[in-house]
Amino acid sequence: MKRYRSLSQIRLDIDEGKVSCSSLVDYYLERIAQNSHLNAFLEIFDEDAKAQAKLVDQKLKDGSAGRLAGMVLAIKDNISYRGHHVSASSKILEGFEAVYTATAVERLIAEDVIIIGRCNCDEFAMGASNENSAYGAVKNADDESRVPGGSSGGSAVAVQADLCLAALGSDTGGSIRQPAAFTGNVGFKPTYGRVSRWGLLAYGSSFDQIGPISRSMEDCALIYEIMAGKDPHDATSSLKEVDSWEYSPEKKYKIGYIKETIEREGIDSELKAHFNEVLDGLKADGHEIEAVSFPYLDYMVPCYYVLTTAEASSNLSRYSGMLYGHRSSEAQDIDTTFIKSRSEGFGEEVKRRIMTGTFVLSADYYDAYYTKAQKVRRVIQNESKALLDKFDFLISPTTPTAAFKLGEKASDPIQMYLADIYTVQAPLAGLPAISIPTGRTKDGLAIGTQVMGNSFEEKKLFNFCKQVLESYENL
Amino acid sequence: MNLDDQKIDELAYLARLEFKQEDKEHIRNDLNRIIDFCDQLKSVDTEGVEPLVYLSDAQNVLREDLKEEALAKSEALKNAPSKDSDYFKVPKVLKKK
Repeated sequence: MKRYRSLSQIRLDIDEGKVSCSSLVDYYLERIAQNSHLNAFLEIFDEDAKAQAKLVDQKLKDGSAGRLAGMVLAIKDNISYRGHHVSASSKILEGFEAVYTATAVERLIAEDVIIIGRCNCDEFAMGASNENSAYGAVKNADDESRVPGGSSGGSAVAVQADLCLAALGSDTGGSIRQPAAFTGNVGFKPTYGRVSRWGLLAYGSSFDQIGPISRSMEDCALIYEIMAGKDPHDATSSLKEVDSWEYSPEKKYKIGYIKETIEREGIDSELKAHFNEVLDGLKADGHEIEAVSFPYLDYMVPCYYVLTTAEASSNLSRYSGMLYGHRSSEAQDIDTTFIKSRSEGFGEEVKRRIMTGTFVLSADYYDAYYTKAQKVRRVIQNESKALLDKFDFLISPTTPTAAFKLGEKASDPIQMYLADIYTVQAPLAGLPAISIPTGRTKDGLAIGTQVMGNSFEEKKLFNFCKQVLESYENL
Repeated sequence: MNLDDQKIDELAYLARLEFKQEDKEHIRNDLNRIIDFCDQLKSVDTEGVEPLVYLSDAQNVLREDLKEEALAKSEALKNAPSKDSDYFKVPKVLKKK
């Protein structure tokens, strides 16, 4: 079967009788089996997917099919789907079965998406390499000695290796965009509050957003548009109407780039050269490009870590061995139930972040770290929004390097944290941002370019990214 | 930062975690390095800046206070590590002296 880039290609072939949902599901199931060594999936929902495919094929015949009929989707293992296991790649949730479905997933199912399985990720979405999973690392399909990025690494590889058409990830500091960049996909983090977090296993609640990883801009926009919008179950979901997007080519935009992003030490020279080429291409296409200074780049990752570890230490206190999840066989009273269950159930990075969060929230250090970081976050938000009043978009490389080697950063948490240096700005400020594939290194590794827009201006962002992608088709 | 083993023990208890002796040095070193890394924030001028707590500018989004069944009892108990037909079971809280 040919490799599809978008749902619209699939629908054309369905209309011509060349494929059906059932044949597509069979194809992807075979691909998944052939590529099981990549470790992208933790579980395949094969029976459900086949049954749903039959149903959707019937609906297509009847003319009653939804907008996502023909789309085979994988979901990250931190998104709830009723009656199916969800574990956040953690031992503490081994055997846990979701008792309700995430609103985002519910809305996609209502439009006849087919869910094929749940994807490996860093434990509780904490990581930038997918090496922090209790179920083993995921391999990058372009070079199996390299990481796929994280934390939505399994989702990214599922799309990269043609194991499904598109996948859901979640992004807290770059967990959709960085793996999308490492695997040559489109990865999108919506404006904070745009997509309901109901049913997403919480990590940093003031940062987390569910978003798509796809091969085309159209699929990204379509999945987003269907998931987005007010949900009574999530008080932080926005009341703003969701507009649908129609492509209008040839628009000219005013684009800024933060010069510190490419002047900073640590950016790979090949990626820097590529980014300059992207800028030249945009200028040649008639866009206005301007370099700006933003003196907060080095503060973004520290600010992000103080706030997200604090939120994580609070959010993850629910895993106590009492109501669900792992309970230690050594649990004898309240303290040992909590302490033994949590210490056995959580992995090293999760413990490290809970400890950091507990420190920054402890009475003696609360103001010096937590409150301070909240203030820095406001400064970063104000300054970012000021730039976006002046420019339509801010553009940067998505990552300072292409996919790194498995194990390369595993022993140094700070080096790993710095993998997110360009991606944390958007969630710190609540802004939408996309990574789009714009190139390859001479070794054939994917390079992503990140475009960040103003709050709730998703439509404009999609339009620009589509224009850019058209110049980079067939990567 | 120079957190010692005693401080690590205090934080671990607050977080309801425990570390084996051989892991304690590791977590102490990591924490000290992470906190030093976060200390960079001290050089940002935040005089007069209000902490950013809520990202949304929506205010007082209220809903009707209606009764609804969010989750059936059997569903709520489904993932319990230990239960009987109606309740979660937990280890004894009170001990005989």
